[in-house]
Amino acid sequence: MTQSLYETLGGEAAVNAAVDIFYRKVLADNRISRFFEGVDMDKQASKQKAFLTMVFGGPNNYTGKDMRTGHAHLVKMGLNDSHVDAVIENLGSTLKELGVKDGEIAKVAAIANSVRNDVLGR
Amino acid sequence: MPKLTFEARGYELRGNESVLECLTRHGVTVPHSCKSGICQSCMMRSVRGAPPAEAQKGLKESQQADGYFLACSCVPQTDMEVTLDAPELFLVPAKVQSLVRLNNKIARLRLQAAQPIEYRPGQFVNVRRDDGLIRSYSLASVPQQDDYLELHVQRNAGGQMSSWIHDQLKEGDAVQVSTPRGECYYRPDALDHPLLLIGTGSGLAPLYGVIREALRSGHRDPVWLFHGSRARTGLYLVDELRALAETHENFRYMPCLSGEPDLDGYISARADAAALQQHPNLKSWRVYLCGHPDMVKLAKRNAFLAGAALRDIQSDAFVSAH
Repeated sequence: MTQSLYETLGGEAAVNAAVDIFYRKVLADNRISRFFEGVDMDKQASKQKAFLTMVFGGPNNYTGKDMRTGHAHLVKMGLNDSHVDAVIENLGSTLKELGVKDGEIAKVAAIANSVRNDVLGR
Repeated sequence: MPKLTFEARGYELRGNESVLECLTRHGVTVPHSCKSGICQSCMMRSVRGAPPAEAQKGLKESQQADGYFLACSCVPQTDMEVTLDAPELFLVPAKVQSLVRLNNKIARLRLQAAQPIEYRPGQFVNVRRDDGLIRSYSLASVPQQDDYLELHVQRNAGGQMSSWIHDQLKEGDAVQVSTPRGECYYRPDALDHPLLLIGTGSGLAPLYGVIREALRSGHRDPVWLFHGSRARTGLYLVDELRALAETHENFRYMPCLSGEPDLDGYISARADAAALQQHPNLKSWRVYLCGHPDMVKLAKRNAFLAGAALRDIQSDAFVSAH
């Protein structure tokens, strides 16, 4: 019986390990840190946990509308494709650090890309 | 079928419906996003009826104790009354036991509450004056050691409450004190971890409580306190802290002055900068931050980047009322 992507990556424990690494990476990334700063860090971490659960193929009930509403204020701040690219890049390097295979990383990136237009309100 | 009450109106729950589904179905706007119990956007509070454990998963201990829950994961098993409002504060009368100037900026206020108040060292209370003026102050006392509530009040230019406390309040006067709250307290699971405490001005108050509670609990790992102010007049309890460092081998006291040149026995730097410079790797440390909101925000970010887990960085920012 084949495992789901989420199970292969390690489920919730993998998400928790990934948030730790990913959040530090985006805070230190000058291209996108401004979108993550000034926000309550605990709340931000919860949102990232939900986002990573989704791109890991885990249980989530986001709709396109949720993604649009959730990022609308960032789009006003100038959020564009380059920033989404940077986030996906940081996601990839996070997974590499966790020892995830390239094939799996590509699947995660594909899920992230699938919500790009919703995130950018297009 | 359990009954759901929100803003004085009753709502019938269907089948295995969550609080979020039920309210949304009736046209009530409840903030939400992932609808999977993770992002915490749908947080509500129960006023009556305990939320099922599943609905409190991932919430802080203090939030769970206050009855907060995630609406998308809450399928009520019993009647519940819920709200989007913060908890009302329960007030208790208290008398001034003593009011002592520690220096010309900081007053030590000790209060006797009319009934015992449960709190963790490091939490804060709201102090309410007769005319309704309310301000928050952190507790420096330790319940198992002190039979009074101790607050450190910094005189703020133009501050209504701090001026009143410094200039008019006397022994025997009455005030009201609220239910203690706050995140900057010593958790028992901190016992085998090094502690880093950073405070500015009267932010020392809760840290003083945390340190004494840690040492009282038999804490053996290093405990580092960085207390900062622009000038020496902002530091206080200096002798007491030096004495504590002398009697406890694992406690280190580092007074910091950001506005004065090299003074013997003091570090010439901002407390948070000095702390992170000396301890660039905070993996498995517990970090406590108190004082100016800018310092707290920056230090939290830097402590996290230095490897401390978010849940292990506990802070209360002192926001001035304007």
